[in-house]
Amino acid sequence: MDYNKRIDGRDFDELRPIEAKAGVIKKADGSAYFRMGNTVAYAAVYGPREMFPKFQQDPKKAVLRCNYNMMPFSGAGERVRPGPSRRSKEISAVTSNALVSVVDLYDSPNAVVDVYIELPMTDAGSRCCGINAAAIALADAGIPMRDLVSAVAVGFAGNKVIVDLNYEEEHLPDYVEGLDEKDVADIPVAIIPSTGEITLLQMDGIVDKATVISALNKARTAAMKVNEVQKNALREKFATQVNGDNGFE
Amino acid sequence: MGLLVKDKQVVVPGDVLADDLGFIPGFGTYRNNNNLVCSRLGLVNVEGKVLKIIPLSGKYLPRRNDIVIARVFDILMAGWRVDINSPYSAVLSSKETAEYIERNDDLSKHFDLDEYLVCKVTNVTSQNLIDVSTRDQGLRKLRGGRIIRVNTHKVPRIIGKKGSMVSMIKQASNCRIIVGQNGLVWIDGEPDKENIAVNAIRKIEVESHMSGLTDRMKTYLEETTGVKISLSEGGDYNGLQ
Repeated sequence: MDYNKRIDGRDFDELRPIEAKAGVIKKADGSAYFRMGNTVAYAAVYGPREMFPKFQQDPKKAVLRCNYNMMPFSGAGERVRPGPSRRSKEISAVTSNALVSVVDLYDSPNAVVDVYIELPMTDAGSRCCGINAAAIALADAGIPMRDLVSAVAVGFAGNKVIVDLNYEEEHLPDYVEGLDEKDVADIPVAIIPSTGEITLLQMDGIVDKATVISALNKARTAAMKVNEVQKNALREKFATQVNGDNGFE
Repeated sequence: MGLLVKDKQVVVPGDVLADDLGFIPGFGTYRNNNNLVCSRLGLVNVEGKVLKIIPLSGKYLPRRNDIVIARVFDILMAGWRVDINSPYSAVLSSKETAEYIERNDDLSKHFDLDEYLVCKVTNVTSQNLIDVSTRDQGLRKLRGGRIIRVNTHKVPRIIGKKGSMVSMIKQASNCRIIVGQNGLVWIDGEPDKENIAVNAIRKIEVESHMSGLTDRMKTYLEETTGVKISLSEGGDYNGLQ
């Protein structure tokens, strides 16, 4: 069974509308807002600051600690039980791993850089959205980093590679008649744009090697578009500062 | 192609600044094959062949001989632990104070918890253990006045060349002002006048990366206070007075 037209009418390699803003939380050292379609992420960065508990300190470099959290009424379905869950802990860990290879934390030994990612509204692709927001927030906090990280989900549905899946596409067999579980896959990818290195790669579904390769190529082009939006968000923050409007009375 | 950015342009991590080997990487930049890439959010500074980034955000990391404003938050066996608005706290030893302290003296009589001090960074180790001292001239406990927090990267703009900017604000507001390198500013004067100084400092913080700052601040201060300000670069500025 083929998937010939996407449910929301996008092209197969078209992203959902993206929007980004840097410096949205005044008390944080760095912060960002990132939206992909109906998925919204806020990221706040605090630090480098003193690491507690003390036994987790690293005398060689600062530690990057990410916390991913879906708000109770962020999903379309049932209320998400607040607090850490098995899923959110895993996503926090893969987010840290996706970001840690770009940041330079050797200037602040024994310290910690805390990244809090909050999702007030989700519609698939929340870990990618969170990583995108966190990368902007880290740069905004003045953390030295060799590049930003841009993330996007690619997938596979009935012989077609699709970019930036939404909720329906993650659960296609429920929405499109004739599509089976084995015809669909979802692959979140995070990429360092300047080198093309992949810092996050997960997969849900069954696909063959050739499909994965063509999906990753699509992810690269899509990530470059995401990266452009991220960079503009940071530049815009300081353009508005020049005009004298940065939240001060 | 060569240089891809203009002097004083806002750049973000990952931006390629130059794409040949004719340029030398300075602070906040690194080389990736033939490209010179930015690694800090900030403004590019082009100085001949050297490209460096002037950061716009980030925490204060202390350097030796910085004058900082510190808050006492713990009393130790032979000194005080002070918060210097940095990821790391500093230690003020009881031997590093201006007055002599007896061996078994109650240290809180000298500097108590939550009191603010002006002090100088005397030593910073590779693990960022920090020593401060109040032994030099002008270093002391701060009484009265108010303390505001500013972005540490704007402190050089607030001080100005040889203290020209801060002396202008002092003239206009008639306040005593100490600008700590760590982004804490102590202002002491009449309440209305203190507000003038605070607003002026906030204005510098916002507008510091546009050119002609000194002239703009001069007109601003003259307009708000009605005091005629004479620009002076009075001798050696040591961060105090």
